[in-house]
Amino acid sequence: MTISHWRHSPALITAFTLAACTSGHRGEVQTIPQPAIARARADSLRHPYTVADVDFMSHMIGHHAQALVMAGWAPSHGATASVRILAERIINAQQDEIATMQQWLRDRGKPVPEARPTGMKMMMNGVEHEMLMPGMLTEGQMKQLDQARGPEFDRRFLTFMIQHHRGAVTMVQDLFGTNAAAQDETVFKFANDVSVDQSTEIARMERMLTALHASNGSP
Amino acid sequence: MASAKLLSLSFALGLISLAGCAHSTSSQPGAPSPAENPSTKAPSPDPRVGLRAGKMDAAEAIWNLRVLSKTPPSDQFVDVTNSDLAFTGHYAIQGNYNGYQVWDIANPRQPTLETAYVCPASQSDVSVYKNLLFVSGENLAARLDCGAEGVEDTVSSARLRGIRIFDISDIAHPKNVGNVQTCRGSHTHTVLVDPKDRDNVYIYISGSAPVRSSSELPGCVSGASDPNSALFRIEVIKVPLAHPEQAAIVSSPRIFNDLVAPPKHGETPQDIAASKKAAAEARATGGYTAVIHDQEMILPPQFVDPMLDSVVKARQGTGAPTAADSAALRQALPGIISAMIKAHEAEVPPTAGPTQCHDITVYPAIGLAGGACAGYGLLLDIRDPAHPVRLGAVSDSNFSYWHSATFNNDGTKILFSDEWGGGGQPKCRKTDKHEWGADAIFTLTNRQMQFQSYYKMPAPQTPQENCVAHNGSLIPIPGRDVMVQAWYQGGLSVFDWTDPKHPQEIAFFDRGPVDSTRLASGGYWSTYWYNGVIVGSEISRGLDIFELVPSGLISQNEIDAAKSVHLDYLNTQGQPKLVWPATFSLARAYLDQLERSNGLDGGKITAARKSLSSAEKESVTERQNALTQLATQLDAESAGARDGAKVRTLAGVVRDLASPSHLAQSQ
Repeated sequence: MTISHWRHSPALITAFTLAACTSGHRGEVQTIPQPAIARARADSLRHPYTVADVDFMSHMIGHHAQALVMAGWAPSHGATASVRILAERIINAQQDEIATMQQWLRDRGKPVPEARPTGMKMMMNGVEHEMLMPGMLTEGQMKQLDQARGPEFDRRFLTFMIQHHRGAVTMVQDLFGTNAAAQDETVFKFANDVSVDQSTEIARMERMLTALHASNGSP
Repeated sequence: MASAKLLSLSFALGLISLAGCAHSTSSQPGAPSPAENPSTKAPSPDPRVGLRAGKMDAAEAIWNLRVLSKTPPSDQFVDVTNSDLAFTGHYAIQGNYNGYQVWDIANPRQPTLETAYVCPASQSDVSVYKNLLFVSGENLAARLDCGAEGVEDTVSSARLRGIRIFDISDIAHPKNVGNVQTCRGSHTHTVLVDPKDRDNVYIYISGSAPVRSSSELPGCVSGASDPNSALFRIEVIKVPLAHPEQAAIVSSPRIFNDLVAPPKHGETPQDIAASKKAAAEARATGGYTAVIHDQEMILPPQFVDPMLDSVVKARQGTGAPTAADSAALRQALPGIISAMIKAHEAEVPPTAGPTQCHDITVYPAIGLAGGACAGYGLLLDIRDPAHPVRLGAVSDSNFSYWHSATFNNDGTKILFSDEWGGGGQPKCRKTDKHEWGADAIFTLTNRQMQFQSYYKMPAPQTPQENCVAHNGSLIPIPGRDVMVQAWYQGGLSVFDWTDPKHPQEIAFFDRGPVDSTRLASGGYWSTYWYNGVIVGSEISRGLDIFELVPSGLISQNEIDAAKSVHLDYLNTQGQPKLVWPATFSLARAYLDQLERSNGLDGGKITAARKSLSSAEKESVTERQNALTQLATQLDAESAGARDGAKVRTLAGVVRDLASPSHLAQSQ
């Protein structure tokens, strides 16, 4: 398996994601296995979910999983107290959200990805590629973060987590910009919560990063 | 000063965080009441732990409350999320993602369904004013025609995101008389009744969803850097009461510009005391400290050593710093630190701030609003309703997402809640911190907010229960700040925050999880006091109504006084000023409080109670004399009382009871 990392703009990746992975048509809703119907009924009472919704829920699991790895390094990599608290919060929040996404998929009889920091798999020219979701760190970036300690870890963590969160917000915008997507109440609320929480956290991290830069005399 | 600039303020900043967060606030509020009365103590072990699951048959735990009724949703609303509540007359209007239900609660033991209006939208946040009902729509599937088929196209003229306006003159047959579309839809909204404007009401719109396409709604700009961006602002709608169909956006105030509140934890008194002690100890043992943001901080060796080296170099010396070097540094430190802070602040560029508020609570009687806006709690001046002005902002590293605000009745405190995880996540497990997903209580002095403490419903919940701070309202207990609050599947919690440093739970109700095997959404969206009862909107189970039961923490007289406050309507986010009519219950409630707090000698309390009782039985003239005499006596006693202010308030009530107008009414 060849793994290639896409380092283009989120917009480009997004366009590709859209073309490759979503149908945007309600007609492609698949049948739900019996036991899950009752459970999914309350969530998707009126509006069936689409392939775009399923893709969003599946791909965000891997996206969140990478945040867990990054945040998990804070205590062992000499992060300052404020970054450690932030990291602890991110772990708590995103672990719970992974459970929500897995349950949503399980209820609808969809494959349930494990919480591993992987991109999405896709076939290109007969070869399986793994493409990172928007904002996800490349292997190189993960390595850079893992090697940093103390204030340098703080700086890289904040920089990379802002990138990572922005990607999640982009994924939500893309979902909402897809025909017939997010009509399902749970998907809409979940995706909007992710967008709102992570936007708030981005603002917080930007303030922390600005403070860090200012104190080091660099812009 | 170049070297000072190189010295890292980050150490100092890190220290601030450490000092601020190492000492978490006390989770054991001191109970002020006598210990020998068992009814002042919460049941132990907490009966909310380990409740059996079930959708409509879950086990329940209740303390100092009585269930008056539990009413399941009507047919078209079963299994669809119930949301917020508004009240008018004897009706409770319950929002639902499928529309709204109007319940007649004239008999709270048996609510009856007056109207079930299907008109899907989330969150269907509801407010009323006179004959008008306002309903929020935010999601992508809501339709102008109230249809249930959703809106598939990303751009569609059928979509409603904003406010629907209904005429409910005939509440059994609401009429949709207008809609106001907004760029981000309406997650919540707040009706502002301007005391100076009888012809219009204003609605503050908070929308958290992404900006829609300008092809769908002209003028909607999503780019953050565009000066016309629909981000970084709220919308103000003006509704002409005579012509609600002409309701329209009149302004989009950018109340967030240039926010600079630091993202740190607001220090509690314990935090401050602990850090003072640590600083004093460090100084005593030769350590270096500096005052940063009004707090003395210990400076670590990594911070101090390079500075000492600079001092040595400056005198062209070598080797270890001498005592004179240390002294020189100590003298220079305050100047260095303050220059560093100034340089740091100058380098932080002004920001556009949060992109939206989640909810705004207006309190027109005092001209203020509390805005819960992403990472900030804002204090707004709303005396010019279309042009709210930010007076102050707070931030807190323990807060994830500022959700809503509640003022205490006299406007000296404000409580913000943190809806960490958006309400769909289980944030009350044993492993979740007390100060995360909680309330933060601030005092309000000269329009400045000062952090005091956190409050979180204290019973640990299961991972199957979504739980976090949510909507609540004041309970009009005179002389105290008491609030009832919804915690989703954490149930409802009634707590006293009169002492802002030590909020204390005084009543609760909780059910087991909706489902024992998985997290299924449920619990209270909102629990509000309205005209004598607590009404709860349960997401999946319907409408619950409670009354308070007296205990050592709350007396029957206090409850009776609370019930004497009558409102014609209530939108909790448009906070009304509570005014208590002079009643014998009110006077006795104050006496009960004086007894509980030991604010007046026991003998004097007994005597006052006796005088009240005998006066109550007298005819008008004798009653007037007896009450006037009692009031005069209480005024005299207030001077030597431990709680003189309350004794004087009591005397005022007794004097009102003796007034000719009151006596005429009571005949």
